[in-house]
Amino acid sequence: MLRDARYLCKFARGGKGRALDNAPVCAQGRDMPHDHDHDHPHALLPPEPALRVKALETLLIDKGLVDPAALDEIIDTYENRIGPRNGAHVVARAWTDPGFKAALLEDADPLLAEMGYFGRQGEHMVVVENTDAVHNMVVCTLCSCYPWPLLGIPPGWYKSDAYRARVVREPRKVLAEFGVRLPDEVAVRVWDSTAEVRYLVLPMRPAGTDGMDAAALQALVSRDSMIGCGVLS
Amino acid sequence: MGAQVMSRVHDMGGRFGDGPVVPEPEDVKFHADWHPRALAVTLACGTLGLWNLDLSRHRREGLAPSDYARFSYYEKWLAALADLLVETGALTRAELESGVADGPSPLSGKRLEKAAVAGVLARGGPATRTGGPNAAFAPGDAVVVRKPAENVMVSGGHTRLPAYLAGATGVVVRHHGTHVLPDSNAHGFGEAPEPLYAVAFKAQNLWAHPEHPGDEVVADLWQSYLSRA
Repeated sequence: MLRDARYLCKFARGGKGRALDNAPVCAQGRDMPHDHDHDHPHALLPPEPALRVKALETLLIDKGLVDPAALDEIIDTYENRIGPRNGAHVVARAWTDPGFKAALLEDADPLLAEMGYFGRQGEHMVVVENTDAVHNMVVCTLCSCYPWPLLGIPPGWYKSDAYRARVVREPRKVLAEFGVRLPDEVAVRVWDSTAEVRYLVLPMRPAGTDGMDAAALQALVSRDSMIGCGVLS
Repeated sequence: MGAQVMSRVHDMGGRFGDGPVVPEPEDVKFHADWHPRALAVTLACGTLGLWNLDLSRHRREGLAPSDYARFSYYEKWLAALADLLVETGALTRAELESGVADGPSPLSGKRLEKAAVAGVLARGGPATRTGGPNAAFAPGDAVVVRKPAENVMVSGGHTRLPAYLAGATGVVVRHHGTHVLPDSNAHGFGEAPEPLYAVAFKAQNLWAHPEHPGDEVVADLWQSYLSRA
C-alpha cells in the first residue's frame, strides 16, 4: 500500500493531474491551479473536491432535492451490502451445479434475478467463461461500466486511464502487472463494455478443490478473477 | 485496419503513454471521505428524472479536455452533476456560487426518500426495449464498423462507438436484443431502440503490433454502427 500511495502521490503532484481515482488521497499537496473552463457552472463551486461535494450536498438538501438519510442509505448499500461476495456466490454455484452453469452462460439475467442480483448498473448481465483455451477480461474504455449488483462499485484501477487505455491493446502486459502470466496457447478475449450490458468473468475452478462445497469455494473467488485480472490457484 | 480517425478525451482505448495499472485490495471501497458522498449525491439527483443516463455520460465526456484529464473519477461526476443541475433549472448559477438556496425547489416532491432507496437501486433502469428495427445480423456474420467513429446526428455528439474500432472488420458473437440508442437518447431525439450485438475483433485487425495472434477484443455495438462485410 505504501508503494501504491507514493506512486499515486507522484502523479498527483506531477502537475498534469492524472485522472486516477486515488489522486485526491494527496489532494492537500496538489500544486496545480484551479483553471476551470469558466463557462461551465461547475467552476462556480469551491476548488477543493471535499468542499465542492459539501457545498453541493448542502445546497441540494436546503432546496429539498436530496434527503440526507437517503444519501447515507445509498452509501451503506455500496459500502456494506453490495460487493464482490455476490459474484463469488454465483461463481461457486456455477462450479458445483453444471445445469446452473449452462443456463447462466446462455441467459444469466433470470437466474441472477432469482438470486437477488439485479439492479442499477446490472440490468442486463452476461457471464463469460474462462477455459484452457480462452481467458476473458472486462473493461470499459469509454467510462467505467461495471456489474455493480455482482461486484459492487469498481476498484480505483478499473476506473484509471491506464487500465482503460491499455487493456484492449496490451492485455498480457496488464495481466503481468497483476502477477498473471498466461501460456501462449491461451487466447485473451477482452470485453469492452460499450453498452448497458455488464460482464462477469467465470474464472476456472482451481485444481485440488474437488472435495469442497459451494460455501468453501466461494471464499476462494477473488474480485479480480471475476474481472479477468486474476487467476485462482 | 482500424485507423484511429478521431479520439475524444474520454475515448482512450488503445492510447499509448499511460503508466502501470496499480492493483488494490478488495476491501478498499473509496479513497477519500468525500467519494461516497459524491456517489450518493449523484445517484440521488439522477432519480429526480431531469436527465437520462446517456445525457449524464455525455456531460461528463463534455468537460473541457484539461478538466477531464486532471479530474479524478468522482470529480468528473460532480462537475457534470453541477452542470446538469443548472442546465435543467434545478439550481441557478447564483445558488452554486453563493452556496445559499433561493427558496425550496418545486421538484422537492420528487426527492428520493430513504425508504425508497433499496427499491430504486434494485430496479435500476433497464435499457432493453421491444420494437425497433428487425435484427439485420446474426452470430457468425462478418461486419464492418462505421468510420469515422462519430455521432452521425449531432456534430461532436455522444456515441458509444470507440475510435479504435472505426473501420475495423469483426464477427458478431452475440445478439443482445434491442437497446436504447445513446447517440439519439443523449440529445433528446428519443430512445430510437436498435438491435445490439457483441462483435469480436482479431487483435491484428486493430493494432499494428498485437501482443498475440489469437487475442481478440469484443465490443457491444448497435446495428447502425455496423454494415455487412
